[in-house]
Amino acid sequence: MSEQPSFTLDGRRIPFRDGQTVMAAALAAGVYIPHLCFNPEFAPHGSCRVCLVKVNGRVQAACTTPAAAGQLVQSEIEELREIRRGILQMLFVEGNHVCPACEKSGACQLQAVAYYVGMLAPHYTHFYPRRSVDASHPEAVIDFNRCILCELCVRASREVDGKNIFAVRGRGINARLVVNTPSGKLGATDFSVGDKAAQVCPTGAILLKHHGYEIPIGQRLYDRKPINVVGDVAQLSESRGGRRHD
Amino acid sequence: MAESSTLAQTIREIVQRHGGMSTRLLQILREVQDHFTWLPPETLDQVAEALGVSPDKVRNVAEFYSFLYTEPRGFYDILFSDNITDRMLGSRELLHYLCERLDMEINTTRADGLVSVGTTSCTGMCDQGPAALVNGYALTRLDKPRLDRIVDLVNSRTPLTEWPREFFEVTSNIRRADILLGRHFADGAALRAVLKRGPEAILEEMVKSGLRGQGGAGFKSAAKWISCRGAPGDVKYVVCNADEGEPGTFKDRVLMQDFADLVFEGMTLCGRVIGARQGFVYLRGEYRYLLEALKATLLRRREVGLLGEAILGDPGFQFDIDIHMGAGAYVCGEESALIESLEGKHGVPRIRPPFPTTHGYLNKPTVVNNVETFAAAAKIAVEGGAWFASRGTAESKGTKLLSLSGDCERPGIYEYPFGVTVRRVLEDCGARDAQGIQMAGPAGHMISARQFDRRICFEDLATGGSFMVFDQSRDILDGIRNFTHFFVHESCGFCTPCRVGTSLMRDLVTKVHTGHGTRADLEEMRKLGRIMQVACHCGLGQTAPNPVLDSLDQFPESWERRLRSTAYEPAFDLNAALEEARRLTGRDDPGAYLSGQDLLIGAMP
Repeated sequence: MSEQPSFTLDGRRIPFRDGQTVMAAALAAGVYIPHLCFNPEFAPHGSCRVCLVKVNGRVQAACTTPAAAGQLVQSEIEELREIRRGILQMLFVEGNHVCPACEKSGACQLQAVAYYVGMLAPHYTHFYPRRSVDASHPEAVIDFNRCILCELCVRASREVDGKNIFAVRGRGINARLVVNTPSGKLGATDFSVGDKAAQVCPTGAILLKHHGYEIPIGQRLYDRKPINVVGDVAQLSESRGGRRHD
Repeated sequence: MAESSTLAQTIREIVQRHGGMSTRLLQILREVQDHFTWLPPETLDQVAEALGVSPDKVRNVAEFYSFLYTEPRGFYDILFSDNITDRMLGSRELLHYLCERLDMEINTTRADGLVSVGTTSCTGMCDQGPAALVNGYALTRLDKPRLDRIVDLVNSRTPLTEWPREFFEVTSNIRRADILLGRHFADGAALRAVLKRGPEAILEEMVKSGLRGQGGAGFKSAAKWISCRGAPGDVKYVVCNADEGEPGTFKDRVLMQDFADLVFEGMTLCGRVIGARQGFVYLRGEYRYLLEALKATLLRRREVGLLGEAILGDPGFQFDIDIHMGAGAYVCGEESALIESLEGKHGVPRIRPPFPTTHGYLNKPTVVNNVETFAAAAKIAVEGGAWFASRGTAESKGTKLLSLSGDCERPGIYEYPFGVTVRRVLEDCGARDAQGIQMAGPAGHMISARQFDRRICFEDLATGGSFMVFDQSRDILDGIRNFTHFFVHESCGFCTPCRVGTSLMRDLVTKVHTGHGTRADLEEMRKLGRIMQVACHCGLGQTAPNPVLDSLDQFPESWERRLRSTAYEPAFDLNAALEEARRLTGRDDPGAYLSGQDLLIGAMP
């Protein structure tokens, strides 16, 4: 019997199965590579670019790069941390992210990854786009100011819920999340809090009504331990401070 | 009621003409817009219903492409080409002049709904600009007298078909011909060669020729063909990338205008070699004026047995070609985005691998080659690989078509063997006073006079063909700033570093260009550029910072002379922030503005 193939990630041997990506194999081996648009329950998207690693010297997204035997993968090196910080800073200035005023602060993947990569300030000039808040739905609010275009709600609604409620429209810096109804209002859809789409947002863009501040600041998911230890908010159950329904 | 049923009927007819195929969605939307001048929401719903796809898919496409409008648009839609070469020929002044004469603002539709005026990315008429598009058709050699006549034609509601023909005249301006443009080619010769000698022999010639992708990426063409031929599956496709969007390049336009048979022959040859029965030309929307002539050429080729069933009488040789029009999206020049667009979707580059040679159009093995590559392949099949490889350099065989524009006496198309020096090209085109060259377009490289002995080939300066000359009278930063705007407009928005980074770069360049930058901003540009080069999802974002980074190295004095002497200048502009207060109070006197001196005094304790 031959040994399972493996690659090296920051000096550590990571076994993989045929067809696995660098990200999937690392995750299975319990090694954290920061990410936002990646969620193990969905096909890789490759758009946020936070999970960039060096594969045999070349910068590539870990979530879309197929694992191959003998690959030399680097992740926790200063060169990549600097790039990741830059990408996080871009996401922060592109939208309107006011952490102290956000219900998700402390249990927000965007915020937790920013801390993880060592981002202390947005650095770039804020775009301050004019975006809206949609509170038309009885049970949920969408705050478009906080959307980072990861398309996880789009994918979850289409692939898991079978509802196709969300879409990303427009081009370039004008790309934006929309609700797929003539009015563009969530209240006009059959969106429900039990939907997968309600559980996957890595930011505070999709929030449930009537559940504000149930867990006090200071006791939230990432308040005591960093995301590489705790894991993604979308992968953790509500009872553990995550978004996932049990 | 009657009106809405007519609308539904019109759309059903258009959809039926396209066989009800959702892959034709972009083509269908173009036609619907031709009919209604824009795409009202109800037309999108009707298209979705007639095609049996979700309305959201149709809206995604409608909102992605620059030439599709989801807001009302004038009956005459005039878009000025906004490449730096058009600007060098005075396009901005003409744009303002036209708007003044039409009594309207730029980037608006006139109140009577008759005319819209705006700008668009390079329309590929750099050797005969300033250029524009009217309802998608190319206008060349604009000047004030011509615009005066256009104003009259618009105001008198004269149909486009009755506008003077010379307004739409596009000349080829071939200034130097070598083996591709200069030698006669007998239609069908390459197809006879493949029937006589077999696909393997032709592939051997292709390998011998050393032909590389002439779009600029330089991948070995034979390797692509061999990989696709060997890929499993009975259904394969040939795609010709005629989405010539790189600002400053127009050689594919000339090939499609004067050498369409040669290009179609190369595609048909490829079809025979890889075992494909269907080919597509993806023609950029800006070249709409070529469509009827190209369709006529395809028809003629079918009639004489060079296309369609039983080519050259061989019942086993079937191949046909369809033309798909783009609609204003530079990113669709990237081959996987182009394939998405061919499938009727918005053009976002795919995750690669897998590559098109195994998973291309409709996930079937597909060869995507540039126009010039197919033309060269047809010649190689007839004349042999060794003949082609006798020209050029060790790693770059054959010739290259260059599109010359900017500050030179004889702009146009120049065909050179690979390895020609920049200096030689400048001499030939009559550029006496060149300060710098933007090679291969904004995605390529800017070089200064110190580098004019460099050679044009894959070993040194690789290019898809764009060659824009800036003479000593020009401010290099005007060009750089123009290019940063181009990339903001053309970013597809999929990945973070391109979507956000292109805007950040434009803002930094603008800050310095307008005299508000400091040394810290230059360092910031370098840092941002390095992130974009490695972090972006596709070539668009990876190359977008090139002009900035190159000019920082090659023309440091152009940047430095605009810097403020302070170490740091905030991006926050107090005067701009006071604009709303000025408007509210109706003040526009000098006292309502702050000068730099006021700011310094204000900052003192």
